[in-house]
Amino acid sequence: MRDGQIYAGGAPALPGILPLLAEGLVFQAGGRRLIDIERLRIAAGGTTIVLGPNGAGKSLLLRLLHGLIAPDAGRLAWAGRPADAATRKLQAMVFQRPVLLRRSVAANIDYALKAHGEPRAERAARVAQALEHGGLAGMARQPARTLSGGEQQRLALVRALAVEPAVLFLDEPTASLDPAATAAIERLVSEAARNGTKIIMVTHDIGQARRLGDEVVFLHRGRVVEHSDATAFFQDPGSREARAFIAGELVL
Amino acid sequence: MQNFADPFSLAFRLILSGDAELLTIVLLSLRVSLTAVFIAALIGMPLGAALAVGRFAGREAAIVLVNALMGLPPVVVGLCVYLLLSNAGPLGVLQLLYTPTAMIIAQVVLVTPIIAALSRQVVEDLNGEYAEQLRSLGVSRAASVPTLLWDGRFSLMTALLAGFGRAIAEVGAVIIVGGNINHVTRVMTTTIALETSKGNLALALALGIILVTIAICVNAAVGMLRGGARQVVHA
Repeated sequence: MRDGQIYAGGAPALPGILPLLAEGLVFQAGGRRLIDIERLRIAAGGTTIVLGPNGAGKSLLLRLLHGLIAPDAGRLAWAGRPADAATRKLQAMVFQRPVLLRRSVAANIDYALKAHGEPRAERAARVAQALEHGGLAGMARQPARTLSGGEQQRLALVRALAVEPAVLFLDEPTASLDPAATAAIERLVSEAARNGTKIIMVTHDIGQARRLGDEVVFLHRGRVVEHSDATAFFQDPGSREARAFIAGELVL
Repeated sequence: MQNFADPFSLAFRLILSGDAELLTIVLLSLRVSLTAVFIAALIGMPLGAALAVGRFAGREAAIVLVNALMGLPPVVVGLCVYLLLSNAGPLGVLQLLYTPTAMIIAQVVLVTPIIAALSRQVVEDLNGEYAEQLRSLGVSRAASVPTLLWDGRFSLMTALLAGFGRAIAEVGAVIIVGGNINHVTRVMTTTIALETSKGNLALALALGIILVTIAICVNAAVGMLRGGARQVVHA
């Protein structure tokens, strides 16, 4: 019956799988602890920005939370339940480099809807809606890989949003985009956040973190150094590393 | 020079006149090899994809084995299929020896490892790019196989082509299980072998020319297909 609740109407986040709680999360490679998090609780609502220097483990953390890789120790709980197929179905992710199928723009979205189990009868309308949403309606039949970098990432984003996820993970989605393309992505992301989708986004762009973030998780060497309200974080960071990072110093 | 040029002019005359015997031989060759490649693709592509995305004990060994089987000597395959199909063999009751079906079976055995091994490579590369996105979309490893095969379709053409090239050009397997019976199991390669030893160079040469032409045309067609697809696929 839970499923019936979740899919009723267009308000995805409410019955929800949040908060997300990670405890004792460890991921290691080559004998080094790349992720070592005692406790991280991400609540429903708003945009959580995962910030930190290169190699802090931001992408890794996102993959662990999304369930793409398994931790060496520790556990994840979505609203108190361990991750399973049902919680996975309510999440989506956009990668730094968009992974588009070698098919048309429309077929890329249709594929995601089909994988999500949406009935065939509904898919065409939802594909059209997603294309419209991403400003890609004129390119529906074009091979996805002929799009520009910005358009590709926009397609990846509306494809992720098409399944109406409760939680959307974004891994530096604008890292290789120009300002105009970045603005388009940010507009879609904040709109999704307003509509109730929980955004968990990795970036190392402080400006972007300020523009989009409601709260910040600051990661350094695989550990959560700070987890606080975005305004507070930027005005008065509590840790030396975060202060240096915000000041634009090279944090090693 | 007269002696060397003569068979050539005779060969071209045979081809241009649409010689019935020549045509029969060419068509049988195409039928046997195309059927064999089709069946080998049905087996080899999913097999290759399974080896590419699967996580099971013995996967590495299976990959080594499939790669090694790419180099199966046709005469050995012919011999094994012969033993299977001969009257005393386990499949003797089917009475398939010295029929085109036997030749197809032998070529399937020959071509399947080639298609499987090359498909494995193609799908593994593609899976490296797709895996996380597909898991994120909720597509399991097993369910991702058709997706990977479809999205790798242009690269997989190369695998089919390699398989077809092997099938249409081999002589060792088809001559053993087919027997090179006139109008029944005589294909281009077996005829070339036979006619050359009989000294009938014109027919052998005509078939040789056709064989090479087919090989070039198929390669060119696939090359063009891939060229057109490249901008679509690899942009």
